Amino acid sequence: MLAIIDYGMGNLRSVQKGFAKVGIEARIVNTPSEVLEASAVVLPGVGAFRDCMRNLEELGLAGPIIKSIEAGKPFLGICLGLQLLFSESHEFGVHKGLGVFKGKVLRFPENSGLKVPHMGWNTISIKSKKNRPPVLSGIPDEASFYFVHSYYVAPEDPSIIAATTEYGIEYTSMVWKDNVFAVQFHPEKSQAMGLKILRAFGDFVKKS
Amino acid sequence: MFSKRIIPCLDVKDGRVVKGVSFVNLKDAGDPVENAIFYDQQGADELVFLDITASHEKRNIILDVVMKTAEEVFMPLTVGGGIKNLEDIRALLKAGSDKVSINTTAVKDPGFIRQAAERFGSQCIVVAIDAKRFSPVEGKAGAPPAWVFSEAHPELMVSSSPLSGDGGSSWEVFIHGGRTPMGLDAVNWARFMEELGAGEILLTSMDRDGRKDGYDIELTKAVSEAVSIPVIASGGAGTLEHLYEALSRGEADAVLAASIFHFREHSIREAKEYLRDKGVPVRL
Repeated sequence: MLAIIDYGMGNLRSVQKGFAKVGIEARIVNTPSEVLEASAVVLPGVGAFRDCMRNLEELGLAGPIIKSIEAGKPFLGICLGLQLLFSESHEFGVHKGLGVFKGKVLRFPENSGLKVPHMGWNTISIKSKKNRPPVLSGIPDEASFYFVHSYYVAPEDPSIIAATTEYGIEYTSMVWKDNVFAVQFHPEKSQAMGLKILRAFGDFVKKS
Repeated sequence: MFSKRIIPCLDVKDGRVVKGVSFVNLKDAGDPVENAIFYDQQGADELVFLDITASHEKRNIILDVVMKTAEEVFMPLTVGGGIKNLEDIRALLKAGSDKVSINTTAVKDPGFIRQAAERFGSQCIVVAIDAKRFSPVEGKAGAPPAWVFSEAHPELMVSSSPLSGDGGSSWEVFIHGGRTPMGLDAVNWARFMEELGAGEILLTSMDRDGRKDGYDIELTKAVSEAVSIPVIASGGAGTLEHLYEALSRGEADAVLAASIFHFREHSIREAKEYLRDKGVPVRL
């Protein structure tokens, strides 16, 4: 069973309906035991990093999420669910994240002439072309996805960067390491291309 | 490559689309979900539902529409119209809307925008501004809302604001679907809304709305340059060239259009191909 983590942030319904549209059943969960029992975890989320992290801690979900990842279960982070994987964020002060990956979450530079939040459709450049992440199977390079965010992740380890996007700067829009996939964009809002990613993640879960 | 957005807008009244997609083989042209699916397939970048249901008691109808739409289409959805409190926003987001668009309530109580942005995040708070050209010589501005006098923001009064457009124009903010002038300067109002946490401005020219003779480019440009959040131009699209003008000279990040698409004068794909050929980055 795929578990979508509900920690009071963001639009989980679209993520669940997106999976349903491609024939994958996903349950919305909010307790530690449900997270630990799930065969795969999806962490969506929009909102402020600090609030999200606090909610995860208060619900006792941070530990179980890390455990599930360490146990090798498939993980999909979406938007804030990508940022939360990193060690620290600089949104409204410095805040600790789940620390699955080393790196920082930084704000887009001001006065670059570009509007913040980065809101709308942008393309991704797939970095690991030879060894493509399984969830990008069937996704052409430079495909467009829907983004809404003011912060981006800067991983310390460049080998986890699966795709980048340009918005004033070139930044990491997808990371991948073994069982962990996380995207800055919203597959559940990116029409057919986005649904392909959800389907591919579902296929990856079935195989693992 | 970051794309400019093309956003069709559907007016929904009592759960039915008014002047929806005509001349198309929809089984039910008044069904919002069918209209949404149609635009999804055409490659619209987002969708806006403007709820023009008069009664606040009937809000559950639009929630039902949003819920059904979110099951079928997987694209960003904004819902505007009649939002009065945080509970209205929460209910819309929970039903599957990604953003809400707020107009009258923002003018009556700007603090509401701050509260909403803090609670739900700026990214989902769109402030809709209905603006009409104001003549400082012969124009008589509407009575401003009472809070203006307690806030230290004299620049918000249209009668005392500097002329913000290139052509020496200024614009007044209207509410109640364009019926009530509020004495506020639209450009400075947009800036103020950004300060309070709005994530996007949906800017409608009342002078141009429904006339199909082009967006108010001077207004669009003045607001786009005044704020650092995205601006959606609305009101006046009649040709593909109008879309191009708003996105290029007007510096808008997105264009909202209704009849140009509903009546099949142009498909969204056609519009995007036209814009691409003109050098505007679009998603095809």
